[in-house]
Amino acid sequence: MIRKLIPIVLALAVMGAITGVAAIMLIFLGQDWQDALFWMLAAVMIGAALLVVTMRDIIRCGLAMMVCFGSLAGIYALIGAPLIAAAQVIVYIGAISVLILFAIMLTQTKDAPARLVFQTQAVPAAFASMIIAIVIALAIGATDWGAATRRIRLATDALSKLLFHDFVLPFEIVSVLLLAAVIGGVFLAKREPGGPS
Amino acid sequence: MSDSLDAYLVLSGLLFAIGSFGFLARRNAISMLMSIELMLNGVNLAIVSFGAFIPALGAQGSVIALIVIAVAAAEATVGLAIVIAIFRNKHTPLVDEYDSMKQ
Repeated sequence: MIRKLIPIVLALAVMGAITGVAAIMLIFLGQDWQDALFWMLAAVMIGAALLVVTMRDIIRCGLAMMVCFGSLAGIYALIGAPLIAAAQVIVYIGAISVLILFAIMLTQTKDAPARLVFQTQAVPAAFASMIIAIVIALAIGATDWGAATRRIRLATDALSKLLFHDFVLPFEIVSVLLLAAVIGGVFLAKREPGGPS
Repeated sequence: MSDSLDAYLVLSGLLFAIGSFGFLARRNAISMLMSIELMLNGVNLAIVSFGAFIPALGAQGSVIALIVIAVAAAEATVGLAIVIAIFRNKHTPLVDEYDSMKQ
């Protein structure tokens, strides 16, 4: 019971610590409220992502993934891309998470309890992903992005003109791809008559 | 802090690293798919932040991000259908028991 709660407590502690630091910065150091919002959303997102990969109960992993996607939608809205935020909420929280939750309910059995959540390679995997994060952070810090000095508010009408005028062929190809993927998914998951039950 | 490109890129790199850890370490096939979704979201955050901070890109970053979201939906559909089809034959969602091609 205690071991089950360790990742939850750790993630909540990390989230609470970062949120508290952001609140202190906002109140005492007189920082921008957007900075505090960024810190809070980032803390919730990273904490929820850690919960997704460490919790034992896979249904809770799916719910934590919805939290992670929701705070990522908040970050999209903060960065100045409201249409992407709306698409994130509709597609990821509305569609993909529900799909994953249904697949979880279809594939969990009582007779095969997941006593070992992790593979034996979990510790090397943790080191490898830490190295990935450190290398990415170092590369970002070492690169001079030139003109990237301030944020640009994106107008949705400009985005729609671009999407339906210049990028109309990729748009149609993506819709055909979605149709093909849906038909393929139905065909793959269909139970054949007379096949193994 | 919220006005620097570096912060958003480090955040997306962190999300990608967490997703790669989950993909390498989890035993459940659906957990691995969820980790793939986390990695795709990390990449998408990087694309959107480049589009929002570099003036030459304009709205193209958001167009690419929308297309990535649609392709991720297609990927999730097919991946989950494959997991359900394998589960119907093997009666387990754990990937280390899918070893019939080793025997």
